[in-house]
Amino acid sequence: MTQYPLLALIPLLPLLGAAYNAFVGARMQKRFGYAAVHVPAILMPGISFVITVLAFARLVSLPHHERVLTTTLWSWMPVGSVDAGVAFLMDPLALVMCGFITFVGTLIHIYSVGYMHEEPSYWRFFSYLNLFMFTMLVLVLADNFILMFVGWEGVGLCSYLLISFWYKEKKNAVAGMKAFIVNRIGDFGFLLGLLLLFWSIHGVTGGSSVVFRNIEEILAQPAVREALSSQTVLGLSLISMIGILFFVGAMGKSAQIPLYVWLPDAMAGPTPVSALIHAATMVTAGVYLVARLHFVFALSPLVMSWVALVGAVTAVFAATIGFFQHDIKKVLAYSTVSQLGYMFIGVGVGAYWVAIFHVMTHAFFKACLFLGSGSVILGCHHEQDMRRMGGLKKFMPVTAWTYFIACCAIAGFPFTSGFFSKDEILWKAFDSGNLLFPGGGLMIWALGALGAVCTAFYMFRSYYMTFTGEYRGAHGHNGHGGHQPHESPRNMTHVLVVLAAFSLVAGFIGLPHLWHLPSYLHHWLDPVFSGSAEIIRSAGHGSGHEWALMIFSVALALTGWAFARWLYRDNRNAAPSRLIESKHPLVCGIHRLVYNKYYVDEIYDAVFVGFVMWFRKICDWIDRNIVDALVNFAGLFGRLVGRVHGLTDTHVVDGAVNGTAWSIASMGSALRLVQTGNLRTYLYIAISGAIALVIMNFILFG
Amino acid sequence: MNPGLQHFLVLSAALFACGLLCLVTRRNAIGLLMGIELIINAANINFVAFSRHLGNDRAGQVFALFGIALAAVGVTVALAIVFALYRNFNKSIDVDDASRLRG
Repeated sequence: MTQYPLLALIPLLPLLGAAYNAFVGARMQKRFGYAAVHVPAILMPGISFVITVLAFARLVSLPHHERVLTTTLWSWMPVGSVDAGVAFLMDPLALVMCGFITFVGTLIHIYSVGYMHEEPSYWRFFSYLNLFMFTMLVLVLADNFILMFVGWEGVGLCSYLLISFWYKEKKNAVAGMKAFIVNRIGDFGFLLGLLLLFWSIHGVTGGSSVVFRNIEEILAQPAVREALSSQTVLGLSLISMIGILFFVGAMGKSAQIPLYVWLPDAMAGPTPVSALIHAATMVTAGVYLVARLHFVFALSPLVMSWVALVGAVTAVFAATIGFFQHDIKKVLAYSTVSQLGYMFIGVGVGAYWVAIFHVMTHAFFKACLFLGSGSVILGCHHEQDMRRMGGLKKFMPVTAWTYFIACCAIAGFPFTSGFFSKDEILWKAFDSGNLLFPGGGLMIWALGALGAVCTAFYMFRSYYMTFTGEYRGAHGHNGHGGHQPHESPRNMTHVLVVLAAFSLVAGFIGLPHLWHLPSYLHHWLDPVFSGSAEIIRSAGHGSGHEWALMIFSVALALTGWAFARWLYRDNRNAAPSRLIESKHPLVCGIHRLVYNKYYVDEIYDAVFVGFVMWFRKICDWIDRNIVDALVNFAGLFGRLVGRVHGLTDTHVVDGAVNGTAWSIASMGSALRLVQTGNLRTYLYIAISGAIALVIMNFILFG
Repeated sequence: MNPGLQHFLVLSAALFACGLLCLVTRRNAIGLLMGIELIINAANINFVAFSRHLGNDRAGQVFALFGIALAAVGVTVALAIVFALYRNFNKSIDVDDASRLRG
């Protein structure tokens, strides 16, 4: 471990930016214009990125297995075995996360300058964005659970603030609350998992820790592993329970079934926010958590299988919802949920580095897609419905091309970044020997492959609906027709170009081993995951299988693309509209089911919200009939006491006070007689007193 | 017969009695001051006598010197008050007339 004090600046600089805009941003905006707000806001994450690059250089200079940088700001709560400090740790995993977070984050800050340029509370937006960067970096760089939880909650808060950024519309405010509450369920799981882990380690070894590397060292002891696997809680081994609870946390943050419902609604926020928080960074925190805790998850094949299964089911489920959505951002939202599913397949089968690889490539192409959609929305004057777009390639060529490139990447066309990462995940899933359920890797692979063809289909559907054919929005747009869509300002398109370039080439750092080319990312992340490497088993399929799967998945991607092209290109094919208007009960039923997102929101409404409402009514009844009665009784009792008190006061207390006053006054008038003012009278009294004392002395003591 | 401690104490008691009588009987403010002077000197005689006969300590004699000095100071202040009386009470220094402190 090497001390590296600059590390603390990576999260703290964005915090400084957030504080600047929060406290003086409004005044600076009024006085010096928008630049005074966005220049510091862009600069701070930018400098964080530069420091990350410096840290990378420092890490590279260290020996392969000692690549850990730390810095401790202060010891936070040294209570018993809770050794949480405000301490940051950068290992190869944190560096990868940190690198793309600060890079994509800075780009999205630059993009926001164009996207938010009409916004009156510009400063508030940038303050929130910087605050988000701070909390996200704390989450990634924390060297213990408690600090990580601070970041974990912080990103939830910033997500809430930014989803409800335009809080004057009730829809947005409600979406923010929904995200916050669903995340809260996940956070509860995280917290319970942390407590259970801490407590069970304490039970086994007598000491405990909340620092990641200490826990990893403790869990590396065979005795501890044995104890945690043999003890059971509620019928599950302790380690499985811990894994499940942590995974509940990850499901909430990373929008997996059944906690994914908040992410599509989160699209109510401004589009740069959707790109940064709800696609590139925050939602991958769950994947990061599982990868960070690989030493916990790897110990329980049950949890690993569950993670992989949830990921695979989510990948297909969300992809199918994407088929019939009309809102361009909703399509991308479901696509994000689906891609997160792939990442969980990756961590679930123990291919941690591949999952992180996909997190990174996904950050590039999904940010590019979201920012592209933002550019479209801005170009079409805040129109999000793809049915009222079309033909935009003519008007905004840069956006169209970058969107197309990102679509290729997400669909997994050969040699794009998505191809390498997704293919590697599917191969690792196919080759996994750890999964407990029948079919094992084959089943996960089949679901993933199904998801892949769906992904290619709905992504190209959105591309063709938006960018080809005739523009369908000009007539009747809010009554004032003739508004042509326009290309976005240069700072936005430049960001798109950079992201599209990365979507194309970022995959080359993780080339498949099959091609006998170096996989830099695998090598780079190797020291982090070496602890659990021996637990992960491979099914031992040969390279022939891998070639076959690779070709097959390329074929799947091309199929999806061709199908979408045939149905939606230039809006010429009548099949989609015929399908929608079909009266056939089966077609009609399936369409309605998928279009309404399998009625999951309605089911949740009926079950959970309904339960809460019912519970609320009971609480209301208890409040009115029992609590109110108690309160009324307390009031009555108070009045009674008051009455008694009043009587006592007037008669007893006042009497005593008046009596005292009267007695003092009468004593005073008696004593007044002594004070004649005559000097000789005083002398007489004094002398007679002295004589009396002398006589008394003689009588008593003589 | 050499004078012993008792002789001095009797002298001082006689002097104190004279002073007290003077205080009680006189109305004249100056007379009162003279009485006070007698009482103070009675105390001084006691100091010196005890100093000589009990342990032959000089402290009592020093005390007597301080007593004389303080008596002089006291008389100075008292005479100033007597002047004030004289001016404010119709050129009288009879203390029975001055039964009120406010002028």
